[in-house]
Amino acid sequence: MVDFASANEPVVSPLEMPTGFHFTPSSEGTVGEGLLEVSMGPQHPSTHGVFRMDLVLDGETVVRLKPVFGYLHRNHEKIAETITYLASIPYTDRLDYFCSLTNNWAYVLAVEKLAGITPPERAEYIRVIAAELTRLQNHACMMGFLTQDLGAMGTPLMYAFREREKILDLVEALTGARMMCNYFRFGGCRTDLPAGWLEQTRQVVAHFPHFLDEFESLLITNEILMARTQGVGVLPRELAINASATGPVLRGSGVDYDLRKVDHYGIYDRFEFRVPLGDHGDCYDRFMIRLLEMRESIKILNAALKDVPEGPVMDPKIKIRNFKPKSGEAYGRIEGPKGELGFYLISDGSTNPYRYRIRPPSLINLTALEDMCIGQKIADVVVILGSIDIVLGEVDR
Amino acid sequence: MESLELIRDRILSALPQAQLEIVPNGSANNPASLRVDAAHALAVAQFLRDDPALRLDYASNVTGIDCPDVVKPEKVKITREYQGQSIEVEETVQTKIPGYFEVVYHLYSMALKHGPLVLRQRTGNRSDQIEVASLTPIYRGAEFQEREVYDLFGVRFQGHRDLRRLLMWEGFQDFPMRKDYVEPDDYEYEPTPHNEVLDKTRRHYPPEVNHG
Amino acid sequence: MAVDEALRDELRRQGIVTIQLETLYNWGRKNSLWPLGFGLACCAIEMIAASMARFDLSRFGAEVFRPSPRQADLMIVAGTVTKKMAPQVVRLFNQMPEPKYVIAMGACAISGGPFKQGYNVLKGIDRYIPVDVHIPGCPPRPEALIHGLMLLQRKIAGQKLTGPDRPSHLRADENGEFPVPAFGAHDLEPAQNQSVWQPPKLVREPV
Repeated sequence: MVDFASANEPVVSPLEMPTGFHFTPSSEGTVGEGLLEVSMGPQHPSTHGVFRMDLVLDGETVVRLKPVFGYLHRNHEKIAETITYLASIPYTDRLDYFCSLTNNWAYVLAVEKLAGITPPERAEYIRVIAAELTRLQNHACMMGFLTQDLGAMGTPLMYAFREREKILDLVEALTGARMMCNYFRFGGCRTDLPAGWLEQTRQVVAHFPHFLDEFESLLITNEILMARTQGVGVLPRELAINASATGPVLRGSGVDYDLRKVDHYGIYDRFEFRVPLGDHGDCYDRFMIRLLEMRESIKILNAALKDVPEGPVMDPKIKIRNFKPKSGEAYGRIEGPKGELGFYLISDGSTNPYRYRIRPPSLINLTALEDMCIGQKIADVVVILGSIDIVLGEVDR
Repeated sequence: MESLELIRDRILSALPQAQLEIVPNGSANNPASLRVDAAHALAVAQFLRDDPALRLDYASNVTGIDCPDVVKPEKVKITREYQGQSIEVEETVQTKIPGYFEVVYHLYSMALKHGPLVLRQRTGNRSDQIEVASLTPIYRGAEFQEREVYDLFGVRFQGHRDLRRLLMWEGFQDFPMRKDYVEPDDYEYEPTPHNEVLDKTRRHYPPEVNHG
Repeated sequence: MAVDEALRDELRRQGIVTIQLETLYNWGRKNSLWPLGFGLACCAIEMIAASMARFDLSRFGAEVFRPSPRQADLMIVAGTVTKKMAPQVVRLFNQMPEPKYVIAMGACAISGGPFKQGYNVLKGIDRYIPVDVHIPGCPPRPEALIHGLMLLQRKIAGQKLTGPDRPSHLRADENGEFPVPAFGAHDLEPAQNQSVWQPPKLVREPV
């Protein structure tokens, strides 16, 4: 084995302080006269968990930004190589812990691609409904957190969590858990809908536009929000594509790429919805994209809830225990609330995957974070990070 | 999108020196992949991105695969001198097939909305020839993912501008996603029904120490 | 010296409340716990949900999440502690002023939980810092967090200010600092703080 210890000197010493400020003498290394080096995180109220950035500042202006990852690296991929295909599903819940249902879906989609399984019709409808409910609560909470980062301490977040609790009640009735749903299986869904669930869901979905109206009237023309987000953290279109940004971050920069339309996975072809696109690629656009996407999700939900067919929710021929797909590889991806969530699986014909890889949208959306932040003020870094919408469980896995 | 054979032939007509190989996929309804040698990987990636019919402008997923050395027992007939006579003896010879790391790129086109094209690079072995070409000059989106492959597999990317560990700390010596990685032994006894944890606990406490 | 019941009732009728200093001190402390706003993983979302309108942690006086450890007296370790994060957690705990308490929220913080087999996962935060309340669950529901908090309040209410079992913040010989583990070549060094946590002895029946 080759020793790499000396091969690459770290640009910024990454493990010095957990939080706070320290001055680097001007005589030393890269940080020149008058520049201030700040380590932000891993314990910081606005880094959404244990994310850390090493910043170099000129006054309050960001000169350089290096993200530091790994504080929540839970070895999901390594563990998944030692357990069966079925046993990995609960772990996917804990990736992006706001959206466990879409994580489940991405994983089972990859397994279904690998083994050539088609789930029954009713299961496809349940999946769409569950995924769009997840998108609603994720986007609502993201907007709450973003406004909290802007200084609106608590109030919008309270409103968002109020709506989230309503959706979590539905999810709990459906799956038995508030957050860690563990609900989809390759070949369908674990259980059928409980009695009266569709009616309850229709009521929640019917009420949701009122919340959006309220949120819109409170926020989108709010002077502070506009001043803090418009023109801040601009991500140009070409860079967004080249840096593999996906999801609302990409569409905020005006690139029309929504996997629900591009990949035609599930039964999304049957529903009418539009893909909102941003014009400027700034934080405000990314904020608005989420708001408009929620409106489109409600459209999908209303259509899907109308005609859920009867039938089984699980393909009875699939043996989910002792499941051995033929050797080969498959890459399955869906449009998660945060972007393209993909699973790359290699099977060697045994019960455990040979290689199990998660393509995490949150991590890859951060590629262009430095470009978005350079030249901005340090207070804007918090807003830009909030507008990307990361969850550390997925960034570090 | 065009068939993989056609793409290969078009790359070869543009870059005659490139060594390309189509790797079949055992799973029938999933795409096969194209393996490229490290010396031409960058040029091939540039071709794939800039070709007007392909325009694969988006590197979605980058990851590594570890294929360890395989030792295959093989029966060989050997002629031996024995007491002045030459006789034929059957012997088992262990032939070692050297392992390798593979780096896999899933390329899509955002402009033309097609894909994926699966591009692979392979290292020479698992010990000293562990370099492949970094595609970050073409695809910025591969930056963190290549760093992750370096961190967890120990594959080195030539031309990556900031190749540091991504997830583990600096000073960590191992590459945990390798198949032969040995994790630190900190499995003290905990009451658990989890078989593997119990097995690791037993290894932590060898039976001769704890009899009593 | 205790006040007898009849006199106390008489005094209360006159608007004078008598109470032991110890009870008053603990009553004040237990009802204004200031947690460190410190979320590690999934459990942090349930912690946030607990402080929101439906579960309303402020009914128990513990909604003031402080971003700085200097202003906090309760650390809710909400989520998986990885080996890369463990030194930071210990350092944050050292920075908190006494008296301070730790709630290990969720299976990961207790033992590594579902990620126990990970090479980068610490198998329980109690290897480095003392834990007052463990809340099982993956993640625990907000009600469970509230229950854990009430257990901690009960513990605080029962603490004696004097005597041999007085809490550590009233002992001059304990400074409330715990050694911060260092990043080693393969693992954290040391792998546990022996003064806080010893691996249980495994006693096998001879076969």
